[in-house]
Amino acid sequence: MIWNAFLIAVREIRRNLTRAFLTVLGIIIGVAAVITMVTLGQATTRAVSDQISKLGSNLLILRPGAGFGPRGVPGGSPNFTMEDAELIAEQVAGVAATAPVRMASLTTAYLDEARTTAVTGTTPAYFQIHQWTLADGRFFNEADLRRGAAVCVIGNTVRNELFGEKDPIGQRLRIGSTVCEVIGLLASKGQAGMGDQDDTIIVPITTLQRRLVGRTSDHDINMISISAEDGVDTEVLTTDITAFMRERRHLQPGEDNDFHVFDTRQITEALTSSTRMMTMLLAAVAGVSLLVGGIGIMNIMLVSVTERTREIGIRLALGATAGEVLMQFLVEAITLACVGGLIGMLCALALCVALSGLIGVPFVFNPMINAAAFCFSAVVGVVFGFVPARSAARLDPINALRHE
Amino acid sequence: MSDRNASPLIRLRGITKTYGRGDAAFQALRGIDLDIHAGEFVAIMGPSGSGKSTLMNILGCLDTAAGGTYHYDDIEVGSLTVDQRALLRRYALGFIFQSFNLLARTSALENVELPLLYRGLSRRIRHEKAAAALEAVGLGDKLRNTPAELSGGQQQRVAIARALVSEPRTLFADEPTGNLDSATTIEIMELLSRLNREQGITLIMVTHEDDVAGWAHRRIHIHDGRIASDERSLQTTAAHP
Ligand SMILES: Nc1ncnc2c1ncn2[C@@H]1O[C@H](COP(=O)(O)OP(=O)(O)OP(=O)(O)O)[C@@H](O)[C@H]1O
Ligand SMILES: [Mg+2]
Repeated sequence: MIWNAFLIAVREIRRNLTRAFLTVLGIIIGVAAVITMVTLGQATTRAVSDQISKLGSNLLILRPGAGFGPRGVPGGSPNFTMEDAELIAEQVAGVAATAPVRMASLTTAYLDEARTTAVTGTTPAYFQIHQWTLADGRFFNEADLRRGAAVCVIGNTVRNELFGEKDPIGQRLRIGSTVCEVIGLLASKGQAGMGDQDDTIIVPITTLQRRLVGRTSDHDINMISISAEDGVDTEVLTTDITAFMRERRHLQPGEDNDFHVFDTRQITEALTSSTRMMTMLLAAVAGVSLLVGGIGIMNIMLVSVTERTREIGIRLALGATAGEVLMQFLVEAITLACVGGLIGMLCALALCVALSGLIGVPFVFNPMINAAAFCFSAVVGVVFGFVPARSAARLDPINALRHE
Repeated sequence: MSDRNASPLIRLRGITKTYGRGDAAFQALRGIDLDIHAGEFVAIMGPSGSGKSTLMNILGCLDTAAGGTYHYDDIEVGSLTVDQRALLRRYALGFIFQSFNLLARTSALENVELPLLYRGLSRRIRHEKAAAALEAVGLGDKLRNTPAELSGGQQQRVAIARALVSEPRTLFADEPTGNLDSATTIEIMELLSRLNREQGITLIMVTHEDDVAGWAHRRIHIHDGRIASDERSLQTTAAHP
């Protein structure tokens, strides 16, 4: 009997291809929209949190100034000293390592290639704190630091711009007016929400102070990178470092901080949660489109049931039972909804692959949302295809036949 | 089989039918008593609105009576479930409508196959039977045409083929020639009366026209929901000794 109903249903679908197409189209659009938006939203969330995690884990960054907003304004907050970095590492509990950072924007040149690059002067601990790994060569070490050796480690972008395909290790790179030997090439970290991390040259801070830019004051440290020990609550650590620095900078109670501590985990959390909100928003929009698709299906089904009440009457008059007529409509609705759902899923797959390539996020197939959208479309198709038919099949045949 | 003393194929007692409720209620049938025996060819006549179609629909189990009893082949139709009545229609009754009631955009063959689909016959047998039925009504060359591609007379013949293909014991025809010209009317009436004569199908037909009623062996006149007269022509006894 089900096979029979299936045959009749397929016949009716073939007979009314336009109607079938419109019904299916509503489902396709709804399903494809929901799956695409949710998948892309999740891909973006993942991409953002992946890249932020590359910044370093348990990483706190100490900067002068009261926080976000204009930094280094004239007469603004003083920079830090080398000693600040050392003392934080020694005296604040829960700190694993610190690295003082001094930045300078300098012209770098190799043969006739020249460009301006942000040069970071720091200590060897920096590499570990920021989770840099080497693609080639070595990091500079304590001996290089003590000597203020004319050596540098370069990022992948700098290598590409200045050396092209050539092996940069051992090459002599002119930074400002000093020639430094390239001893290491950093493994690429890629674009992270906050600019190209690979566009960097890292030198021993002593080299920067003594050879590259000179030193006019002890307070020449722009930033201190701090890594927390595993399992340490970074919020508590932030408070401790703040208290320690207030004391070192002789701030009176009631006086505002003239420095601030960035907790990258908080940034990660904030960004992840905002992209997650975006995903939810997109999903909601897509859900509405699925709903609209469903209403479209309901509309078509309702109109067609009115139109088909006579057909139902004829079938009943010829001896079909209400159950058989209903089975036919049910099979028809399920067939259309499933075909629509499948095509919608395929469209979504194509869209997701294309769009994720376009906006540069990894494509991750999400079986949950595919299943959910498919089930929803099936339910919508079945409910809206079935319910109106049920009332028609309950009529006396003559009333169904008289239906205008 | 047409022994008048045997129990009739159709027996109505005090059948009433009311449309609407309360003030708007309208009694279309006001107590119909009627016996029809197997093999009879009956014409039901009467002015417009007298309740002919209402009666036919009840006889054909397309509608239910409000009061009275209807026995078909000694079965109390009123006590059957909806599905049992569907099965009665499927296996014993055929219906021809004034307005054809063919499925649109559906070939003549598929239209005629429709009652067989619900009997679970194989595809091949369905095709054979449907084609044979269309052949019998003279439409052997129009199997693939949809109703829109057929004339009114041809559509009515498709409807007749559809009613015949399931070999019903009783055929109900509500103004089968109401939409047809006189030449086509004669063709259709010849076809129907041959079915009655040769296959012994009990035929009950509603008509306005005396010419058409003349083909039947028994004429029942309905007036305001009551039987006004019930007359047999002599042929009846001749045709059914
Ligand atoms: N569905 C309905 N609702 C309300 N009244 C109805 C309905 N069907 C029929 N009637 C009324 O019942 C009466 C009998 O109708 P019926 O269709 O049986 O007449 P008829 O004898 O077949 O007429 P005609 O020769 O015009 O076809 C009419 O007065 C009609 O108005
Ligand atoms: Mg009528």
